[in-house]
Amino acid sequence: MSEALLSVRNLSVQFTTYGQTNQVLKGVSLDVPARSQIALVGESGSGKTVTMRAIMGLLRTPPAKIIGGQIFYDGRDLLTMPDRDRLKLRGTAMSMVFQDPMSSLNPVFTIADQMGTILKYADRRLGRSRSAKERMDRVHEVLGQVRMRDPERVARSYPIMLSGGMRQRVLIAMALLSEPRLLIADEPGTALDVTTQAQILKLLKDLVEERGLALLMITHNLGVVRETSNYVYVMNKGVVVEHRPTAELFEAPRDDYTKALIAAVPRLTGGTSFGKSGAAA
Amino acid sequence: MAAQTVTNEPRRLSNAYQNWYRFSRNPTAVIGAGIVILAILAAILAPWITPYPEHVGAVVNFRARHLPPSAEYWFGTDNVGRDIFTRVIFGLRISLLLALVVLGIAIPVGTTLGLLAGYFGGWVEIVIMRLTDIALAIPPLVMALAVAAVLSPDLINSMLAIAALWWTWHTRLIYSITRQLRAQEFVEAAETLGASKFHILFREILPNCVSALAVKTSLDAGFVILVGASLSFLGLGIQPPTPDLGTMVASGSAFLPDYWWESVLPGMAILVVALGFNLLGDGLRDLFDVQEVR
Amino acid sequence: MEFLSFLFRRVLWSLLVLVGLSIVIFAIARVVPGDPARMALGPTATAEQVAALQEKLGLNKPIVEQYGMFISGLSRGDLGRSLLTERPVNDDIRETFAATFELVLATITLAFVFGVPLGVAAARWKDKWPDTLVRVLAIFSAVTPSFFAALLLQILAGYVLHILPTTGRLPHNMEFVANITGLLTVDSLIAGRLDVFGQAVRHLLLPATALALATMGQIARITRSSMIDVSSQDYIEASRAFGVPEPIRVFKYMLRPSFVPPLTILGLEFASLIGNAFVVELVFSWPGMAAYGIRTILQKDLNAVMGVVMVSGVFFVLVNLLIDVLVGFVDPRVRIRGSR
Repeated sequence: MSEALLSVRNLSVQFTTYGQTNQVLKGVSLDVPARSQIALVGESGSGKTVTMRAIMGLLRTPPAKIIGGQIFYDGRDLLTMPDRDRLKLRGTAMSMVFQDPMSSLNPVFTIADQMGTILKYADRRLGRSRSAKERMDRVHEVLGQVRMRDPERVARSYPIMLSGGMRQRVLIAMALLSEPRLLIADEPGTALDVTTQAQILKLLKDLVEERGLALLMITHNLGVVRETSNYVYVMNKGVVVEHRPTAELFEAPRDDYTKALIAAVPRLTGGTSFGKSGAAA
Repeated sequence: MAAQTVTNEPRRLSNAYQNWYRFSRNPTAVIGAGIVILAILAAILAPWITPYPEHVGAVVNFRARHLPPSAEYWFGTDNVGRDIFTRVIFGLRISLLLALVVLGIAIPVGTTLGLLAGYFGGWVEIVIMRLTDIALAIPPLVMALAVAAVLSPDLINSMLAIAALWWTWHTRLIYSITRQLRAQEFVEAAETLGASKFHILFREILPNCVSALAVKTSLDAGFVILVGASLSFLGLGIQPPTPDLGTMVASGSAFLPDYWWESVLPGMAILVVALGFNLLGDGLRDLFDVQEVR
Repeated sequence: MEFLSFLFRRVLWSLLVLVGLSIVIFAIARVVPGDPARMALGPTATAEQVAALQEKLGLNKPIVEQYGMFISGLSRGDLGRSLLTERPVNDDIRETFAATFELVLATITLAFVFGVPLGVAAARWKDKWPDTLVRVLAIFSAVTPSFFAALLLQILAGYVLHILPTTGRLPHNMEFVANITGLLTVDSLIAGRLDVFGQAVRHLLLPATALALATMGQIARITRSSMIDVSSQDYIEASRAFGVPEPIRVFKYMLRPSFVPPLTILGLEFASLIGNAFVVELVFSWPGMAAYGIRTILQKDLNAVMGVVMVSGVFFVLVNLLIDVLVGFVDPRVRIRGSR
């Protein structure tokens, strides 16, 4: 197994709201090797989103507080790194694909403007410089990579002019702008209808394989997990309860929670995998 | 069981005690309410609480002209020696009366029109809303000026002129709320159960508008008072010697800056009363968490 | 382009409102009172004089025909003749309107130039002292009657501190005719007369500030709440995740979406603004429509009064149209859907 690109070790996070403090992550560990596709599964409140935000450095530290653990990227601990260095990584080494294409794009600016600005400041952080034209070329290039038929027209458009599926592709394109090595996808396609979601997931899989990226997918949808990942982490109430290669997990889940999660998925033939007798399969 | 209409009981009004508690925690709202109550009481009790109630009429006291504020004349005296404090309190009466009359006309008319337009839609909506747009295009002050020219410049005409335009704000507000509510289930349920249109409008939808109405009324009272004061400042209010805050500011302005109290203190009174209604309205808005009202 | 159809719809609506307005005004002036001719001439006029005036002004024709005359005149820009001076109302108003227009323009500029940054600051330091200060200022400026603010400013800056002029548009001894746009500020720059420009601006400051206060407060408040709403949106969070620096985030990506509510507020408030302009003009002896309007009211010159009301209404409708266009320009969702 290749050495882990991203390695979370014993991460613990607490939240303080209205005077009450809750520990939402209790010693979470996970590894994302290069060129792998990892899924992080759990229901709402399991802590998967908090983990993701902690990795990206998006936790708002008044209510949240990291009380223990390390997050290694390429061998360096993100949590002890100086801010400036951490900022350099954001959007460039690791990039996020947002969940809701409706609300994640600024409605009053064109795609070209939004993507161009992101690229401009990413370049600055990396010490590169591109002319405005070169930036636009790169924007069109990336839009082409996410299978847009007319990248120039899409770039000129406002978000409201694009369909939901197209907007999600734009979000993916945004993440790919500075050629990251790690993509973190937050429930991709859940805001879309099922067919479109399937297309988006396939796109993600293709992209990741083509460019040899690592993908960390956050989701609550087991069907998605099965289709897109080769290793799964299951979270419940702030702890990782089980982690196995995908196929093994579905065939022979060990943890009770994982079993219940799998069992809860309704089957086409009626009933759940509990079977007619009601006993666990 | 008799057919029960599904009523979305406004949570806000039925928990009076809870609301009072929350309201009282908001200092500015309490101050606003205090000012308003004080003003109303002062206006009602004017003849009994003012030191020189006779100064309201055509009294002249030449030896006491232009006196600065003192223990004897709290707000000083004006150019014919009348006590300004007394006249300010009586002037409050006129201002509050104006607000009462204008809103007393504007609210029922505006609310009804808004309900009709919002609920029935179709050409009813189009006609009413276009009318509203037209009325909104005329500044209330200018309308009052026009009415003053056509009829005569006095208080009643000014009140009518303002009222003739003020209902539009309420129509708009109630219209937008009604439209939102129309789509909600409790209205559908009432319709299915065969409730009459009248019933739906006034017993289902209207109660849900009450909180927004309360906020708007309070804010409006302040603004009506300001418009009224501007009108009387221009000479379109009640005629002298009856005291009126705007008129007092106008006549006092001739003596600025030397005898500043004759103009500034009545002006401050207008400001404070308007402030009171404004703070009260804001407080109510925070309390009911109403967002549509501006 | 979809923008054009959006424009077209708005223009159509504006025309409709203007037509309705003209009917209302006509109704007030002709249908409501007794006899315009008698009113204008006063109770001492003889029956013949009254009849003569009636004939001259076409007051004996059927109402509908009179309205037709009114409208056709209107479309030509002819507001009829003053019942008293018999000059075209048009001429009288045109001179004074420019002064009012310049004042209102200066007011709006002030309101935005100060209101928006204050709102942004209040949102940025929410619940800290800048926020509280801005909110207090906004409330006080909203409840201060314009005439009072005008008077106070006049005393303070004019008489007490002696730093700004308190009457008129230019010093008495300065001669300048603004015959290009009617706006002293613009025309003086075009003519290269910087001394006139300076004086024009100085004379504008006090009245414009007095007028602008209430609107400024409203704009600050609404900009504040708008910015707060926008700052919690996903797309701002996303731009943070992508490393867009804070100044760009705030002044570009947060400000533009927040700009629409203040513009809308301005449109709604504009009627009050015109009304208050009348009052402020009086206090500062500003030679605008107010003085003309009030004079003609006292003289019961109905045609002139109608003209003033009509011009105010048209002004309002045009400004709202302009604002709608601006909003459509800023926010593409409005252009395409007709709503946000």
